[in-house]
Parts: sequence; structure tokens; C-alpha cells
Amino acid sequence: MKLDAKIPAGPLADKWDLHKASIKLVNPANRRKYRILVVGSGLAGASAAATLGELGYNVSCFCYQDSPRRAHSIAAQGGINAAKNYQNDGDSVYRLFYDTIKGGDFRAREANVYRLAQVSVDIIDQCAAQGVPFAREYGGLLDNRSFGGAQVSRTFYARGQTGQQLLLGAYSALSRQIGLGQVQMYNRHEMLDLVLVPDKTGGEPHAKGIITRNLVTGAVEAFAGDAVLLCTGGYGNVFYLSTNAQGCNVTAIYRAYKHGAGLANPCYTQIHPTCIPVHGDQQSKLTLMSESLRNDGRVWVPKSPAVAAKLRAREIKPHDVAEEDRDYYLERKYPSFGNLAPRDISSRAAKEACDNGLGVAASGQGVYLDFTDAIKRLGHKKIAERYGNLIDMYHRITGDSPYHGPMMIYPAVHYTMGGLWVDYNLMSNIPGLFVLGEANFSDHGANRLGASALMQGLADGYFIIPYTLGDYLAKTGAGAPSTHHEAFKTAHAATNDLLKKMLSIQGDTSPRAFHQRLGKIVWEYCGMARNEAGLKKALQLIPELRAEFWKRLRVTGTEASLNMELERAGRVADFLDFAELLCRDALDRDESCGGHFRTEHQDAEGEAKRDDERFHNASVWEYLGENTPPVKHIEPLVYEEVHLATRSYK
Amino acid sequence: MSSTSHHPAKNLNLTLRVWRQPTAGQPGRLVDYALTEVSPDSSFLEMMDQLNEQLVAKGEEPVAFDHDCREGICGMCSMTINGVPHGPERATTVCQLHMRHFHDGDTIIIEPWRARAFPVVRDLVVDRSAFDRVVQAGGFISARAGSAPDANELLISKQVADYAMDAAACIGCGACVAACKNGSAMLFVAAKASHLNALPQGQPEKDRRVLAMVRTMDSEGFGNCTNFAECSAVCPKEIKLDHIAHLNRDYLVATVKNFFGKVE
Repeated sequence: MKLDAKIPAGPLADKWDLHKASIKLVNPANRRKYRILVVGSGLAGASAAATLGELGYNVSCFCYQDSPRRAHSIAAQGGINAAKNYQNDGDSVYRLFYDTIKGGDFRAREANVYRLAQVSVDIIDQCAAQGVPFAREYGGLLDNRSFGGAQVSRTFYARGQTGQQLLLGAYSALSRQIGLGQVQMYNRHEMLDLVLVPDKTGGEPHAKGIITRNLVTGAVEAFAGDAVLLCTGGYGNVFYLSTNAQGCNVTAIYRAYKHGAGLANPCYTQIHPTCIPVHGDQQSKLTLMSESLRNDGRVWVPKSPAVAAKLRAREIKPHDVAEEDRDYYLERKYPSFGNLAPRDISSRAAKEACDNGLGVAASGQGVYLDFTDAIKRLGHKKIAERYGNLIDMYHRITGDSPYHGPMMIYPAVHYTMGGLWVDYNLMSNIPGLFVLGEANFSDHGANRLGASALMQGLADGYFIIPYTLGDYLAKTGAGAPSTHHEAFKTAHAATNDLLKKMLSIQGDTSPRAFHQRLGKIVWEYCGMARNEAGLKKALQLIPELRAEFWKRLRVTGTEASLNMELERAGRVADFLDFAELLCRDALDRDESCGGHFRTEHQDAEGEAKRDDERFHNASVWEYLGENTPPVKHIEPLVYEEVHLATRSYK
Repeated sequence: MSSTSHHPAKNLNLTLRVWRQPTAGQPGRLVDYALTEVSPDSSFLEMMDQLNEQLVAKGEEPVAFDHDCREGICGMCSMTINGVPHGPERATTVCQLHMRHFHDGDTIIIEPWRARAFPVVRDLVVDRSAFDRVVQAGGFISARAGSAPDANELLISKQVADYAMDAAACIGCGACVAACKNGSAMLFVAAKASHLNALPQGQPEKDRRVLAMVRTMDSEGFGNCTNFAECSAVCPKEIKLDHIAHLNRDYLVATVKNFFGKVE
């Protein structure tokens, strides 16, 4: 596997401009000769498909839901970062770049992150032009708020529904292209395999197509194109319980991995500190409460385990606990950032408190997020204005009102920084295969800062891929292969065989039951705090569970109809494979950094201890076959400007 | 009884009367299922998962229903519960509805969205692609990526921004259509049109937008609005009827201008 990041030469601040000026272009009159396949219609997919359509390319876009507007980007609450410095508080492209690199615990690719910060300002302009209803101040100018890991106020927002509004902006641009006939939209289509075809000179295979399943009729179809863009989101659902949507899955990127695409840093999983605690065994997903709540809410637990026990049993109420008996532990441990300490740090602190018997939810896994002081300081009305919909959401789910007592929160799996390896052009090591948004590994390092996922998805789709894809297409020329090509037939047949296989087992255990069991293993041994013994145990349990899956799976119904059991079975089958890679990567990375915490590597205060000498690099895994362990390749991270430092938020 | 629940309370035993329909072309019917030991802290869809696991264990096909985010924002979940789209709680989607709002011994009737423009696909799953086609006709502002001015160059008063956000909050679920006796999509179309038409960026295309969206809405088989107001009552995002008034006004103006050849 050849890993060439293709980082352009020149000073960091000039690389992207120099690159844009030197890459090849596709003549406007020639663009209609190309067909681009975009899988996924979230922020990355919709913005890419729309923008490529605007440029004149023919685009086919696929999503598994009934409409592109359902993509899970829609659920992001808090906001989107950009280095506009409208607040006059010291922000700049460089500062956003540095905050993001530091937030990623110095494990991201420098040049990609700098570019992200650079184009962030363009994103806000584009969204405003589309009519995204960002919050405004009384004078008519855009409003900002603060987010975790930053000491400037650089986050733009639309109430508590920023993800929704940004996605609807991209969806409206996409809709316009669909209406114009520039984009063919395939709703309720799930990509089940990637198709590689040797290039015109008979050389290295390029990604030239996909195999999909029509989720209504069950028909398996092949689609050919000049390039494939995977914009399929993250793999958080390997934990079963996460803040992801029910359908989110690893299948598209995992199938690409099986065809030789490098999968990088899967162990970098992000746990979000403020989610609503689990209520019981029927829990199907976890609900996130926006990080923005931590602007005004104060996180605490009682100082004494005895008091905590009384709170859990509901013998006393939170307001019965005197101030001096409360531990506002984030404020105590991290005075500079307080309640806005980055996610990984806040999540581990919550786990630590609960492991020490100070948890306040009935299950023992929950801490308080308290608005009492903020309500006294700002008034009920102001709090309702800022967080109204989040507070309503909390009340709907738990039956409790945060106006009358603190909320309970607990960390939950939220985002995945790992993904398919890409170079500076967002192309994987498989030519013609581009990966955008959460599905790729590049910009967030070992930990993503709040409000930067939205930024990355749109940066990739609106402002990066339109340039870098053009360079690839100009070099390879137009002329997608026909779907009659052997490679398509093989992939088509393999997909059909797999579907039939899952239906034929007729065991006694549902896909959901297997998914739940897998989730428990991965959360226990590869969750917030990992260690060698636990990871080795997981690497034993997961193959056992997988073997059981292929013996005892029960899928009702047929493949020639709408069959949600069959859909889930396929996704769980890939999770069962992928989970092993996740744990293997966590075991291999013998250091702590960002969201990857190995208990063997922590400093005296319990903070992550990196090993820059051995691990200042990206781990890129290569699939070698069914029963063979994968091999690891390394992309060394070369920092031209940033000096590696201990990531401290004190 | 799980010790992790938020409020220790009795589990529910329920009768679920669910619409089953194998495909679009085959007839459907209501089928009764008994479901016991439902936690009051479960969400409605978690309760449906419980039913489905029970059916699968018996080798029967589970009830197909649309869902994804399970947090009230994607607009996929679409069940009519005891005759009310999204069920009994105001401003709440079906995925946000929790079983503590029901009683032990209840019979709950669960149906898909009922509207001519939303044909049933299977069981509780319907086809809402008509909504996408309405948006494709005009629910956008034409702004090519890369051509936008600085976002602060356009001053938008807080009042207008908030009004636009109120309208933009629509999640495209279709409950409005399902609740309306005429199957009208006016609230959905109005929400989108008034969001964009309220903003300065939306002004250049204002007239084209409403004419195209309303024309498409009519051709998709939605009914006409006769002011029942059921739509707004069931809307999980509480979109107000004011937006319909706004749409009607913009549509009238656009129609008159179009008559005089002033709209391109």
C-alpha cells in the first residue's frame, strides 16, 4: 500500500492557494462527459453532489433513507465554527487551525487542518447566501457563541438546530440540481459494494462503480461512474448505543477497505460528555444534549458517596445538597476552560466520578448539569431563548424539567475521527475513490472539537472536492466503464450471495440482539478507558460472537421486498468484522491521545499521556483477507509549523 | 423491572392494533398484538422494537416502520396513533413520545400517514417523495458555491431572522398532510416558502418560487386548504398558520404579476 499524502510544497498558509493554482481543470464543456457517484446525502454528500452538479458534471447521489434531507447531519445541534473574528476577540485562521490541531491532540495532518480553517469563512458566506437562518443580533449582524476547546466565540448557530439548517441549505441546493436534471437522486438505495476496474492502460484498478440494493423492491443494481465519493458518515453504531441514527453504519467504508482502501485510526472514537443517561434494556439510541449547554450549565456531583447513594435512590433532591458538599469537578480540575473543557477530557472526568461512586442517576451512571445559577443570573426567559428546544427535548425523554432541578447527563459515543485514509486531495489510496466528511480520517486527529464536524463536511463538499476531483478527472479522462464489465458482474453476484446467505441460516437470534451484544463488548473493553487485558479479551469475544452470528442469525422475510431485518443483518455483519479492527488498532496504539485513552498511559493527574516518539503518526490498516490479520502501514505526521506540546486546558 | 429507569413506575400491558400491508398493491388490515412488560420510560419506537423482537422470535415478519434519528429532527418517523399523527403529545414526534403517556391496559391503534399523495409502501411505511419534488420546484435560493458575499454584508434584523427560523424548523415529516381532512400540504409548502421569502436573499426569486411550488403541490395530488387548522395542531415543530397566510399573500401577488408578464 502506497501512502502519499501529496501535501503541496510551500509555506503552510499558501499551500492550498498554490495547489488550486497548479492542479488540472476540466473544461466546462467537457464536464458533462463525466458521471460522479456520490454515496450519502448528508452535509458532505449533499454539498458535494450539489456543487458538482452546479459545475456541470452529471451526478448520481444515493441515500438509504426516503429523502436526502434525512441524513444524520440534521441532528447536530450546537453550531459551526469559522474564523471570521466578528466578535473581535482574537480569532484568526491561524488560531482556529491551532485550536483544532491541539484539540486533536496533535494527531491530525497539519496541512489539511490549516486548509479547513482557511475555508471555514467561505462556508458561513455560502450558507447565509442559501438562506440558512443563522442567529442574528439586534443590529442585523450574525451572532456567535462559545464552544468547547476554544477561548474565542467563533461558533455560528441557528437556535439549537444548526445541523438541520445547514443540511437543509445543502439539500435545497441539491434539490435545485435534481430539478434541473443535473443530479439523479436514488433514495432508499443502500451501497453494498464498491467496484474497481483496471484503468484504461490496464494498470492499477480505479474505483469506477458501486453495487446498491433498492430497499423497497430488494433489487440489486450496479452503477458505473468516473469517480466514487463516499460521504457515508461515521461508525459509532458499532457500539450499538450511540447518538447516531438507527441506520448509520460502516458498510460503505468497510467494503472499500476490503477492496484495499486503507482504514486509518479506527480507535479514535469520540465520546460526547453530555448525553441523556440510559433508561433500561430497551434503550435503542442515546440522545445528545448540545455542548453549548455547558456555556451556562455547571457540571457537578456530590463530594460524598453516601450522599450520591441517597440521590440515586431519590431519598433526597439535588437542591438538598449544600454548595460546600458539591464537587464542580470540571471547574476544579481545569480552571481556564471550566465546564467547556474538551469532550474527551470532560467525558473521562464524568466516568471517573461515577466509577468513584459519585454518580447520581439510578443506574449510577450520570452526573448533574445544573442551570440554577444561570437562571438566577440571566433569568428564565434568557435561558429559554438560548436552550429552549434542548430543555424541551430533555423533558420529553425523561419527564423531568431542567428549570426545576439539574439535568442528568452521561457520556455517550458520538463521533468517529477514524475512517478511510485520504490524501490532501481527499482521495483514498484507491484511485478514483474519494472520501468526505466523517467517513474520512483526516482533519480531527484524535479528538474533534465541538462545532467542527459541520465545518468539515461542508468544507469538503463545497470548497475542496470541486477542485481536487477535477484534477483527477482531467488526468484520467472521461469514459466510465459499462456495468457489463466483469468486475460489476462479480460484485453483483457476491452481493446477491451474501444476502441469500444471511436469509438461509434461519437460526434463533435476531440481528438486533446480536448488535446489542456486540455493543456491550465494545463499550466495555474499547470505550472511554482501554487497557491491554481488556482489548485482548475483546479480540477473543468478538470473533466468538461473529461465529455465533453466522450460525444462529434469524432473518425473517425475503430479499425481494422491503426488509428491515435483512438491512440490519448486513450492517451488523460488517460491524462484527470492523469491531475487531477497532480493538486491534486500540491495542496497537500503545499511548493515550485524545479520544483514545489507555489506562496504562496517563500522567499523575490522570490525563492522557502521548508517546510522540513512537506514535506521532496515523495507523493505516490494510485488509489481507478473510481469516488473516490486517497489516498496519504508517503515515508519519510531519509538522512544519506546530510544536508538539502537552495538551493542557488548565 | 429495570433499576436504571428514571421514575420507578409500573410496566404496561398493552394491545397494539397495527396496520399491516405487505406491499403497495395488496390490501392491508388492522391486526391486534398483545405486548406486556413495557417500561414507561421506553419511547414509542422502542416499544415497537419490543413488539418486533417478539414477532421475529415467533418467525413472523416484524412491522415495517420508518425511523432514523429517534430524536425528533429527521422527519422520518410517521405513525398515526389513535387517529392523531405523531400521537397525543403536542409538539412531539412519534420517536419522542414515551410510554409514560399511556396507561396499563390501553389499546393503541397504529396506522401509517393517510393521504392520497403518500401511498403506502409497506405496513406503516409511506412514500413522501412528493415533498422532495415540491422542494425541487422552488424550495431553494439559487446561490452557486463560491459566489457568496461576506455573510455580514446583508443585515437581517433579529425579528426577521427569528421568523425565518420558525418557518425553517419544519422537518418535512408530513404529519400536516396526514392530519388534514383534505390531505393538503399547504403548511409544509408555506413553511418552506415563507422561510425563504422572508429573507433578503430570497427576494430575487420570490415570485417564481411560490408559483412553482404551489403548481407542483397541486399536481402531486395534495388537497386544497379550507382552514381546518388540524395541520398546525399536530405539527411537531409547531409551525404556525401565519405562514399559510404569508404564502397565500405571496402567491396572490405572484399570480397577478405573472398575469402581467412580470415574472420570468
